Amino acid sequence: MPQAATVTASATPYAIEVEDLVSYYDSRRILDEVSLRVRPGEIMVVMGGSGSGKSTLLRHLLGLNRPAAGRVSLFGADISQASARELYQLRRRMGVSFQNGALFNSMTVEENVAFPLREHTRLDERTIRIMARMKLEVVNLAGFERLMPAQLSGGMIKRAALARALVMDPSLLFFDEPSAGLDPVVSADLDELILRLRDALRVTILVVTHELDSAFRIADRITVLDQGRILITGTVEEVRNSPSERVQNLLNRRSEEIDVDPEEYLRRLTD
Amino acid sequence: MRTFIERTGERTLGAIEELGYAFSLCIESLYWLLAGPFLQQPVRLSAVVAEMMKIGVLAVPVVLLLAFANGAMMAIQGLATLREFGAESQVVAGIAYSVTREFGVLIAAIVVAGRSGSAIAARIGSMQMSQEVDALRVMGVEPVRHLVAPILLAMLIMMPVLTMFANAAAIIGGGIYTSMTLSMPLAVFIEQCFDVLDWSDLAQGLYKALVFGTLIALIACANGFSVSGGAEGLGRFTTRSVVLSIAAIVVADMIFTYFLNR
Ligand SMILES: Nc1ncnc2c1ncn2[C@@H]1O[C@H](COP(=O)(O)OP(=O)(O)OP(=O)(O)O)[C@@H](O)[C@H]1O
Ligand SMILES: [Mg+2]
Repeated sequence: MPQAATVTASATPYAIEVEDLVSYYDSRRILDEVSLRVRPGEIMVVMGGSGSGKSTLLRHLLGLNRPAAGRVSLFGADISQASARELYQLRRRMGVSFQNGALFNSMTVEENVAFPLREHTRLDERTIRIMARMKLEVVNLAGFERLMPAQLSGGMIKRAALARALVMDPSLLFFDEPSAGLDPVVSADLDELILRLRDALRVTILVVTHELDSAFRIADRITVLDQGRILITGTVEEVRNSPSERVQNLLNRRSEEIDVDPEEYLRRLTD
Repeated sequence: MRTFIERTGERTLGAIEELGYAFSLCIESLYWLLAGPFLQQPVRLSAVVAEMMKIGVLAVPVVLLLAFANGAMMAIQGLATLREFGAESQVVAGIAYSVTREFGVLIAAIVVAGRSGSAIAARIGSMQMSQEVDALRVMGVEPVRHLVAPILLAMLIMMPVLTMFANAAAIIGGGIYTSMTLSMPLAVFIEQCFDVLDWSDLAQGLYKALVFGTLIALIACANGFSVSGGAEGLGRFTTRSVVLSIAAIVVADMIFTYFLNR
């Protein structure tokens, strides 16, 4: 059950610490010396265009990808050095909602949400069901317990995945695109929920999103990724008032094709 | 241009890597089966039972049918051949030995490879594609413990059981044809089978059942986790899983038979 910080209590003030992270897929460099620090209880929003490496950064934070260089620490523990046991303890304190939900397709919505409880606690079946339903209530999915993921709409999958991420009352939450594909009302509700989670439970939250409105509403700080590099990390005001042209382009959704060499472009097309 | 030698080298390295991966799946599964309960991360009994159903129980009808037909065919061929030497009564020993040592287990294994080898690879592969495997991992649930270990254990339990079923069906199949042709009662045929058979003959089939079951489980899981490249990739790795497991079974069988019957 939710415990206060017991695991690897080394003296770092950060919940998430990324130092000079470099990442490749095959020989393509996806992340280039990315550094990022998130304090406990903070909501950090990672923004950036499609393909800028946001999901890849998230995979590194989750310990799913191994860094080519650099370091990722959660609660002061370097996750590529952590023992299986430490990693297990860390992961029990994390909740993750993937970009596509990643619900277990062979289980009902309720079984999906109850799954972490079944795996990690010795609660009895009744309690597990009640807790799962409470979380489904929180994300407005009450009444859909018995449906299979294939029977849900895109937005409902997102919300079910969120309920599953929340069910262990994590102290660290990761959302990949929580509001993409949701209608504005539900999306605003979700933002509200994220803020409440932080305020009530001091959960540290890292959100990856495209949606500017949502980002500005929930973020304590924003970091902007561009082609695998961090352009700026700062408060909402700092990012809004950034003099950087690229940041402004991203904020104003202007196309980023400015510095493409036309000859190179032509060669690519005709190659 | 890459030369033939380069490509062969790459393939060989890939094959060795894959073998190593399947081996590591095996070791990790055994680790979780043995150590899981003490780490509060047991392999779930309910998952093992579910796999036993899918791998074993549902395969029983097909195994029985194929084994029965195979036994009858052995009797037909055996009698036809032995008649030329006037040694028709020897057909009992021929069927009894070849079924228990060789064909019972082979039929069971090929049915399981075809049914479960593809089903397991497809299931794990689609979980891999939809990031369910990643989701397991970040929840602190090791995919090998949750997915592979129950399959391996179920395979180790059900393959010998299916082999025994296949043995029985093949002997009865052979017996029925023989009894019709030689006017020898079925009961006598079966009695004679028990007379010629030794425990070691049955054991030979059962050892093989364990080895073949392990091969199918590991090859199917390894292919499932390797799926990439969308729906087409899923199809390719599923097919590959079946073809590789059947090939592995035949090769392993050959090695076994050579060393056990010298
Ligand atoms: N499994 C993979 N294999 C090879 N390349 C990959 C893989 N996953 C992502 N990439 C590449 O890495 C780059 C960054 O991808 P990533 O998914 O991190 O982007 P993103 O910022 O999350 O984009 P989006 O907003 O569209 O989700 C892309 O160019 C993509 O092609
Ligand atoms: Mg993404």
